[in-house]
Amino acid sequence: MLMTERDRLAAEIAGLAEKLGRNRTSLIPILLEVKRKYHTIDSYAMQVIADLLAIHPVEVNSVVSFYAFLGDRPQGKYVIRLCRTLSCDMAGKSRVRRQLENDLGITFGETTADGKFTLDWANCMGMCDQGPALLVNDRIHTRVTPESVHEIIETCRRAFGVHAAEAKEVVFK
Amino acid sequence: MSTLPTYAAQIPEAGLKAALAKDRPAIIAEVTASGLKGRGGAGFPTGVKWNFAAASQAARKFVICNADEGEPGTFKDRVILQEHPDLVFEGMTIAARAIGAREGILFLRGEYAYLRGHLEGILARRREQGLLGPAILGSALNFDIRIFMGAGAYICGEETALIEALEGFRGEPRNRPPFPVNTGFLGFPSIVNNVETLAWAACILANGAPWFRLVGTEKSTGHKIFSVSGDCSRPGVYEFPMGITVTELLRHVGGEGAKAAQIGGASGQCVPAKDFGRTLAFEDISTGGSVIVLGPQRDMLDVLRNFQEFFVDESCGQCTPCRRGNTKLLEGLELLSEGRCSMAYLRELCALGETMQVASKCGLGQSSANAFLSVVEHFREEIMGRIPSHV
Repeated sequence: MLMTERDRLAAEIAGLAEKLGRNRTSLIPILLEVKRKYHTIDSYAMQVIADLLAIHPVEVNSVVSFYAFLGDRPQGKYVIRLCRTLSCDMAGKSRVRRQLENDLGITFGETTADGKFTLDWANCMGMCDQGPALLVNDRIHTRVTPESVHEIIETCRRAFGVHAAEAKEVVFK
Repeated sequence: MSTLPTYAAQIPEAGLKAALAKDRPAIIAEVTASGLKGRGGAGFPTGVKWNFAAASQAARKFVICNADEGEPGTFKDRVILQEHPDLVFEGMTIAARAIGAREGILFLRGEYAYLRGHLEGILARRREQGLLGPAILGSALNFDIRIFMGAGAYICGEETALIEALEGFRGEPRNRPPFPVNTGFLGFPSIVNNVETLAWAACILANGAPWFRLVGTEKSTGHKIFSVSGDCSRPGVYEFPMGITVTELLRHVGGEGAKAAQIGGASGQCVPAKDFGRTLAFEDISTGGSVIVLGPQRDMLDVLRNFQEFFVDESCGQCTPCRRGNTKLLEGLELLSEGRCSMAYLRELCALGETMQVASKCGLGQSSANAFLSVVEHFREEIMGRIPSHV
């Protein structure tokens, strides 16, 4: 990482800690924010957070590795989480999975080479009566069909156009 | 599709006003008299829980709303939070008055992040209306609520794991006792109640305990909100009296002809068609409200494998019976699918399941073998001696 990037990240995390509180109870809120913005929580970020909260970095790492929405693995700008639990499974999640993999050229657990998309599983996300369901970052899609997968992905891709910054905020707040 | 008649009929803040007119023991007495039990599935009497926390003289106390709705097949709390959030916040405020708390936390699961903006808006409006903050409705009550986002862990629905997450740790359940009502968030007395429980508490204060006891059974009073999904023509959220039979419920949701119903989610039990005369109540089939209807075409091994993969993924790994037990049960299911499981080994797996029920540390491990054991009990003929499709 560039020195300037490091400084920027450290300053950003310090700002977050100031806003959310410099104590251990803010650890998960801080980590969620870092993940949302940087799509990864690398060892440098963990070190900075540990210093600010006066805990050992291994404590931060242990929390990061525990939760499904954290994790130190770099993810794409859009994380697509398909529900794999029984009701969505019975509603046809396997075909949606196949189409997602076909359209993105990756398998579940992977990120596209351009860093835009990650495919991941989710356990029951509470949309059992409207399955198959998937989350694109924080946005929920229900009754997804193999055919509608294309439009979901295209909506994300369009957000990378000329007005990427604004569009991203509008579409995936 | 979603009908919440008695919820929708509530007069806004009637419960809160009634609570403010009562002293603290009277509020708890009303909730206790109603017989309200924890709607997340555990069924602990709410009034008793509040009373424990109220008895403490600690400097700080917390009211925590458990919106970490992760049990497979459960989505009623999402609907309640979307359509009746005021009722939940009202219930939290009443609980705060009852136990003497000034701080409330809504623990919202990460998967429901899209609800957050809506809920923050409701909280802001309640502050403006004087329903949160200092001197609520001109009384001496001082209480506010903040939202804490979960980070994706089923285990955080367990109350001590939830508190660990709030404190910034891995969501690993604690030994109980001490219970959160004595030593909860940051060591202070805390009550952790399900979304639906708090909403009912508000209704009970508004209408009185006898109103709540009008329906239900002796041991399971009142209505319950059910999340129905699977092989039925009208899936969705339903409100039924406690003690309804499975047959009756299936008729309402268009699930007649089902082969079985998975009740209580992955940690619940698989009820075969011959037992559909049984009732949904704490004394018979206890449930947090999840009903997954399984049609005649469903392969029970596929159902079990789905649940078992879920538990292997979601076990926090802290205690051995749950961490290893779930993996062994999943391996056993592979053998069954391949038709290579002897009866002796199946018995051994069942014994392992029973060990997990008694030896695991928390509710996840204790209940994760339920589905396996009930399917083996009722569908042995279907799952034994399989001939794999590739042979």
